[in-house]
Amino acid sequence: MLNQTSRRQLLKNGGLLGLIAAFGSALAPRFAFAAWNKAAFEGKTLADTYKAMGAEGAKESGEVQILASDIAENGAVVPLQCVSKLPNTTQIAFLVEKNPNMLAASFDIGPDIVADVTTRIKMGQTSNVIALVKADGKFYTATKEIKVTLGGCGG
Amino acid sequence: MGHPMKIRAASKGGVTEVKVLMNHEMETGFRKDSSGNVVPAWFIAEVVAKLNGKEVMTAQWGPSVSKNPYLAFKIKGGKAGDKVAITWTDSKGDTRTDEATVS
Amino acid sequence: MRRWNFALAAVTAASLLGAVGAFAEADKSIEGIEKYREALKDGNPAELFEATGEELWKKPAGPKNVSLEKCDLGLGAGVVDGAYAQLPRYFKDTDKVQDAESRVLTCMSTLQGVDVSKYVKAKWGSPERNDLNAIATFISGMSKDKPVKVSLAHPKEQAMFNLGKRMFYYQGGPHDFSCSTCHGQEGVRIRLQELPNIPTPKGAASGWTSWPAYRVSSGQMWGMQWRLADCFRQQRFPEPIYGSDVTIALSMFMAATSNGAIMATPGIKR
Repeated sequence: MLNQTSRRQLLKNGGLLGLIAAFGSALAPRFAFAAWNKAAFEGKTLADTYKAMGAEGAKESGEVQILASDIAENGAVVPLQCVSKLPNTTQIAFLVEKNPNMLAASFDIGPDIVADVTTRIKMGQTSNVIALVKADGKFYTATKEIKVTLGGCGG
Repeated sequence: MGHPMKIRAASKGGVTEVKVLMNHEMETGFRKDSSGNVVPAWFIAEVVAKLNGKEVMTAQWGPSVSKNPYLAFKIKGGKAGDKVAITWTDSKGDTRTDEATVS
Repeated sequence: MRRWNFALAAVTAASLLGAVGAFAEADKSIEGIEKYREALKDGNPAELFEATGEELWKKPAGPKNVSLEKCDLGLGAGVVDGAYAQLPRYFKDTDKVQDAESRVLTCMSTLQGVDVSKYVKAKWGSPERNDLNAIATFISGMSKDKPVKVSLAHPKEQAMFNLGKRMFYYQGGPHDFSCSTCHGQEGVRIRLQELPNIPTPKGAASGWTSWPAYRVSSGQMWGMQWRLADCFRQQRFPEPIYGSDVTIALSMFMAATSNGAIMATPGIKR
């Protein structure tokens, strides 16, 4: 989590560096969020991404659940919900194995938040989706395959 | 600046459920425009949620969160009349905060 | 001979099993898609466009610097509540049958003094068209949960309906297509999407009551004008002029056929 001072600082930096990024040729943006885990978001393999998140050796756990439909009518919007029943859950992240960069979103959960987060992500193709959860300092996962279909003309 | 968000916050059984729709392109950096040039990545990178001014959750997002993002989460506690504020900051440093009253 | 019979039986059994498997698979897929659509309904980004549309509706604009709040959508000047569910309809001042989008253009012209030709000529996805889509989305949202109640009492309304029906069955273009080619029979799909049988009340309702809709595939808000233009494109017909009679006629055909159905606007679609 960021404190107020660092956030104000990063907003300033973000504006300036965002401008620089616009001239860059790299796909990834170049900006200086203190908390934004650049290495994790740019990870091209699961191993690299886990490493950048400090999540090496994450174990599959029945206490972590991904709630999502088995099939997505369009890959541009895939609703995902993750519920963790593990005590002291402090982080929930969504990863898509077959996306160019696997990490889609990561939530730092304070003690005031229920470990139950829903968002929508893009998927380039049918793939395993992983919910990665940090609880009591250790990482756990749940995996679900979601099929991405091509639809017709849209009703 | 950006466009306004839609925030709904409702308290039920000691839990406040918050649902947020944000207005953002969420460009991946992989898409090409009609002249074949890569459209640079531009996405919400950080989201902060506050209850009555107290930070309760932060999120880091990459460009594969969907366009016009949706987010739902639950706060332990919270009651009608409380304020939920959401702030996003994107990869260009643009930021926006909107607030809703818990019903 | 015996061996041949056995082989044939095996092939037949395998193909039968295959067919049954394929049906089960399709059922499961449709179930999955239903679940997917359900998940999208809670938090439809169309709400963001409704908010934008409301802002545009209420903001003074144009050479006369007035808002659209006095616009008559058929239920009297300034009445938005429930108006979309009764459109298209005949308007005395223009002596025309108009849908929501063409009526908004009339109000922009008469109330605000805007030269609307640039809206008519604009491209899909342009700021002009996006504004109109947002305004139509806002108006449609004010008819959510209301029954469709479109009148055919005026001769021009009946004529518009007839024209729409004729257009629906008009076959042409390089693929010799009509609307009815895809939307004139029960129980057919394109890929995994059901195709509504538009000439029936149920089919017309599924074609009419959930537009304007947010398209998740493109992240765009589409009004019925855009939806219809895309049908024309898919038939390889020339693009109809924005707000022209043929587009309003097709809307009239769908809306009047779905009379009594409940508006679910704005919708969310693939």
